[in-house]
Amino acid sequence: MAQHESTYVPKSATARWWDERLPLMRLLHDSFVDYPTPRNLNYLWTFGGILSFCLVAQILTGIVLAMHYQPSAAEAFNSVEHIRRNVNYGWMIRNFHAVGASMFFIAVYIHIFRGLYYGSYKAPREILWILGVLIFLVMMATAFMGYALPWGQMSFWGVTVITNLFSSLDGIFPGLGTAIVEWLWGGYAVTGTTLNRFFSLHYLLPFVIAGLVVLHVWALHVAGQNNPTGLDIKTKSDAVPMHPYATSKDLLWMFIFLIMFAWFVFFLPDYLGHADNYIEANPLVTPPHIVPEWYFLPFYAILRAIPDKLGGVIAMFAAIAILVFIPWLDTSRVRSTKYRPIYKWFFWLFAFSCLALGYLGSKPAEGVYVFWARIFTFYYFAHFLLVMPIVGILETPKKLPRSITDAVLGGKGDGSGGAAKPKGAAAAPESR
Amino acid sequence: MKTLMSNTLRAAGMLAAVLATSAVMTGPGNAAGGEPIHIEREDWSFGGFFGHFDRPQLRRGFQVYKDVCAACHGLSRVYFRNLAEPGGPMFDEASVQALAKDWPNQITDGPNDEGNMFQRPAKLSDPIHGPYKNEQEARFVNNGAYPPDLSNIIKARTIENHDAWYAHVFKMGRDILTGYQEAGADYVHALLVGYTDPPSGFELSEGMHYNKAFPGHQIAMNPPIPPEGAVEYQENAGAKSSLEQNARDVTAFLAWASDPSLESRKRIGWQVMLYLLVTTVLLYIAKHRIWARVKKR
Amino acid sequence: MATDVEDPQRRDFLIIAGNAFAAVGAASLIWPFVQQMNPDAGAKALASIEVDLSPIKVGQAITVMWRGKPVFIRHRTQEEIDAAKKVPLTDLPDEAARNDNIAADAAATDENRTLPGHENWLVMVGICTHLGCIPKGQSLSDTKGDFGGWFCPCHGSHYDTAGRIRKGPAPRNLEVPTYDFVSDTKIKIG
Repeated sequence: MAQHESTYVPKSATARWWDERLPLMRLLHDSFVDYPTPRNLNYLWTFGGILSFCLVAQILTGIVLAMHYQPSAAEAFNSVEHIRRNVNYGWMIRNFHAVGASMFFIAVYIHIFRGLYYGSYKAPREILWILGVLIFLVMMATAFMGYALPWGQMSFWGVTVITNLFSSLDGIFPGLGTAIVEWLWGGYAVTGTTLNRFFSLHYLLPFVIAGLVVLHVWALHVAGQNNPTGLDIKTKSDAVPMHPYATSKDLLWMFIFLIMFAWFVFFLPDYLGHADNYIEANPLVTPPHIVPEWYFLPFYAILRAIPDKLGGVIAMFAAIAILVFIPWLDTSRVRSTKYRPIYKWFFWLFAFSCLALGYLGSKPAEGVYVFWARIFTFYYFAHFLLVMPIVGILETPKKLPRSITDAVLGGKGDGSGGAAKPKGAAAAPESR
Repeated sequence: MKTLMSNTLRAAGMLAAVLATSAVMTGPGNAAGGEPIHIEREDWSFGGFFGHFDRPQLRRGFQVYKDVCAACHGLSRVYFRNLAEPGGPMFDEASVQALAKDWPNQITDGPNDEGNMFQRPAKLSDPIHGPYKNEQEARFVNNGAYPPDLSNIIKARTIENHDAWYAHVFKMGRDILTGYQEAGADYVHALLVGYTDPPSGFELSEGMHYNKAFPGHQIAMNPPIPPEGAVEYQENAGAKSSLEQNARDVTAFLAWASDPSLESRKRIGWQVMLYLLVTTVLLYIAKHRIWARVKKR
Repeated sequence: MATDVEDPQRRDFLIIAGNAFAAVGAASLIWPFVQQMNPDAGAKALASIEVDLSPIKVGQAITVMWRGKPVFIRHRTQEEIDAAKKVPLTDLPDEAARNDNIAADAAATDENRTLPGHENWLVMVGICTHLGCIPKGQSLSDTKGDFGGWFCPCHGSHYDTAGRIRKGPAPRNLEVPTYDFVSDTKIKIG
């Protein structure tokens, strides 16, 4: 935080020499060791750290895989099989990378929903939030291109279907969509040329993400962390130093997350993928059901819910773009949904809609599935465009605790009375 | 006034949430159409967390592959050397060497000193090839149908889920907790034993066969294994030959072929799990110790 | 210490011109960087192909590759032609012929989907106009959809025996590429 004075004291002559020339240790110390952290953060706040771990793990496993992988239409599938069957521990590193993509998205979705629930996008954290949306977008692009690389049937047909979305721009200006698609493909269909450029970009984008993450953390450290009450840190007793308090919690939850991660890597490596991707890409045979990876399913459902192709594409991109605007769409005076008796219901309805869209995205686009996809797509947008502004104005929030310390220690005098007392906050860090 | 509005809104929110839940509850069901194919889940020695291959079964399975499947299907991502490696059938190396030398589908090598490609017998380091040079030849010989390479067949097949959404969600949770990864094996087994006479009124195209497990029920492959079994198992092979037994054995062999690292994967998996659990407990205690200091303040 | 100069922000023509030239140079570098992604010379060279039709018997179909796309060539039976001719234009979701050999606003009659004098030959790009999958219906054992033509398994589009969309999410009829009969049994596509 801006008002936070540096407490770094170099302990040796070398450290002092270094500190006068490049105060890197000072920066790290002030940002990650002595940094004041709200004392009431619950375990949902550990996902920022978990996500950093995911990014580093993906980059490391990815670099190693690239030492064995060959980005050509003829050899891509063979080289993945080679990694799986012949390279020492290749199967493990590949599982780690493939499962890791899914774990990355599990963590990022929890992180996003935590932000939505506790109003972490509200002033003064708008830029922080928008940077997060950008990271999410680049993550999606990276994952999409990465999924193309094994060059299995689902890789090939997934790329064909998704890149073809741009041809809908022909509806705006004839020829525009076709020109863009051929430019993306580098040919008149998805070919090895396309694969090659996807590999190049798939290698590049994670470092773009890393750069955005630095900005994201920077913005976080300017505004300070939000917390379950949504209150700002007011006194010294509201905060604890990041190390060892927040870090001990981060590390614990990272290991709990790793248990799930390892579960999939070692016992369910194919559970999150598609059987069809173990068949080499064949431009002349379409798999019976083309389904994207699970983390794209809600957006895929929105795409298919709209009867018009161009409209579907616009809706899909709008579903992500709308996230940029929610700091201004939410009119509530309080941040945390915990103190919002009405909005709470809508929040869970929204969460349910996203899950339902995910389910519907995995089903064929016909009959009753389309009907429900339309209902939930409507609610997805209505939640941001109608519910957020209207409920925020009409709702009377519950009385907030006076401070973070009060919320934790159950301090009295907030006058909210028995039932309305924020029990969750009181129980937050210690009992979990 | 504002409270009234809020209460109405709150009620609307609750109602919408409840409605949405119940509506989807009674929802889609079987909108995809077409009668779903039920495929039984089998009990495999390599399934579950402690699963490992049954070595005599892999050897019997290889015999079935060699005597039956290899007439049309290749296994070209598996190398002869793999047959002797740990985690697989573990034949002794000398017999695999002999097997490779006599394998009917030889290896194209070259060019030789005169600049021509030539055929030579396979070695341990060579792949187990099928009889066809490429997909075109395979299709040409088999009347347009393509007998796929079997190296990945178990991983490349699965069982379609036709459950209603709530059953789907339940099954998903159960499969994740029990580590179910054997859908491909279940399907291939069901296919091999799934040949029956077509039900009355079913129109079978010429040259096609009816199969309970195959999507659309029309399959070009001849019933590969007769009811009494296709191969003669040796006395000490551990099982008697029959359609069911042959199908199980060859499925297990192919499961190993598509996932040769299965055994080391699960073994390392438990070591990693143990490490993670112990560390997590320690970190839990450490976290409590650290936060205990805050409480006192 | 900075030297004391009079108005360091003052701009004269040469400074502006110098900066502008530098900017133009930098901007024009974008062009090759964007262009390198477009189809290369090798891909463009395969722009047209010749296909011999004599081995295709009535009722059969073949698929040939053209510009990396599959082209469906079906030798239609008389029943299939008649079935396609019977359909009133008003039953078609897409009433345009989508035939690159004739005017863009031609109606999607069966005649307009083929070349005059060769109505038994249907030549189309075999890519679903919805999201680019390859419809089923080329081999005899394929499911051909509700209208006896092609059926796209991705999202359930049904095409009739003239390759016109009849049911499902696809917006347009299958595209008929530019082609011509070089002889009675040979066509040139592209």
